[in-house]
Amino acid sequence: MGAVSMSRINTLGLLGLAFLAVFAESYLRGMRNLLGVQIDLLPSLVAYAALTGGLPTVVLLALLGGMWFDSLSANPLGISALSLLVTGMIIHYYRGLILRDRFYPQFLIGLGASAAVPVLTLLGILGTWTEPLLGWWSIWQWIVLALVGAVFTPACFGLSQWFNRVFNYVPAQEASFRADREIDRGRDPHADH
Amino acid sequence: MSKRPYYLAGGAAMLVVLIVLQLPERTANQLKLTLGGLFLPLFGLAGSGEGLVQETAQALTTRGQLLRQVTELRELNQRLQLQVTQLQEAWRENTRLKQALGWQQNAGWRLKPARVLGQDPANWWRTLHISLGARDGVRTDAPVLTADGLVGRVTDVGFTRSHVVMVGDPGCRFSALVQETRDKGIITPDASTLDHLLVGFTFVPIGAGLRPGQWVLTSGDGGVFPKGIPVGQVVDIQTNEFGLYLEARVRLSVNLNRLEEVWVLFP
Repeated sequence: MGAVSMSRINTLGLLGLAFLAVFAESYLRGMRNLLGVQIDLLPSLVAYAALTGGLPTVVLLALLGGMWFDSLSANPLGISALSLLVTGMIIHYYRGLILRDRFYPQFLIGLGASAAVPVLTLLGILGTWTEPLLGWWSIWQWIVLALVGAVFTPACFGLSQWFNRVFNYVPAQEASFRADREIDRGRDPHADH
Repeated sequence: MSKRPYYLAGGAAMLVVLIVLQLPERTANQLKLTLGGLFLPLFGLAGSGEGLVQETAQALTTRGQLLRQVTELRELNQRLQLQVTQLQEAWRENTRLKQALGWQQNAGWRLKPARVLGQDPANWWRTLHISLGARDGVRTDAPVLTADGLVGRVTDVGFTRSHVVMVGDPGCRFSALVQETRDKGIITPDASTLDHLLVGFTFVPIGAGLRPGQWVLTSGDGGVFPKGIPVGQVVDIQTNEFGLYLEARVRLSVNLNRLEEVWVLFP
């Protein structure tokens, strides 16, 4: 999307996608059984929203996405929303400095966001004196989470372009030809004979 | 662009999150269950879809395969009936002896099946959601198991679903004993491996005759899990760094990664 501003339908679509992503993360076990990691797509979605949408979209997505995630998890309610919010707002604040229409910056921002969110969430959990399950293999999980998030962020841009083409109103471009501005060459009909 | 909207929106959103984080535990848990309830139609839809796929697969099974399965199941049924007869005799003998000694009788287990709705989406917890709730009489701390062994215990109960903390999660530590030697220890999470089926078995006395392959069962201490539910088998043993007690790793008898149905045990 990039150059196209985010409409309400885009925001709703993004929230719907976040809802489905949280459901899939809880229901599907393929990645967990294959790699020992459950992937998380919310940081990528927040990074995408921060790069293309307005501040209300970022805040709404971080709050609702985080709350939905925590409602299916043993996390303290609100801890994921906090880390998503912090990450989203930082990206949104500096997005003017980012070449957000290019693949490489999108990949790097996705990587950074997907790496930062689990760390911030875990710091928050440790701050509540709760003991999560952490070990050396958590580094492996962190790397996989960051890489999957990095790949998914540019994919969000592609998905959004398709979404805009299908659902958003695009005004027809005015042709350069206008009948009332036609230059009529030849004999002048109003000329005096 | 002015920074004012950032500060206002950020401040308001942070305030909302901090208020939610400061909610009393009970209120927060109820809010979590309510929010999680939004996903119930999707879980139901996904479950129905899976059921449909299974039914289709069954419809495609040939008559020959079905007859073979029926024969195998008949044999299994006969063997199990013989075992039940033996166990019933042992149970009656046990009851008579307990009566003679004036010991308290063990109540039989009352079980209800539940469907596993989903697992914890976070990588640092081992919890799941099941399709039984307060409506079905589920209470906090109710043990959850399968035919293979222990799964965990119920932590939060909603109206139609419950949250279960599984063995290996930091929130599920309990006393267990070795079936052969009756030595006791504590089942703890094992964070040293990516294998989710390995848990720790610590505080086992130094003189205990622990060997790989021995079965570990719930000890009944603590009052949450009844005695005798299989937990898993010992994989390896080592003395802790100060030489005070033994530590072992236990491979769980239940594959927690592939759970579809579980049983909730009622008192």
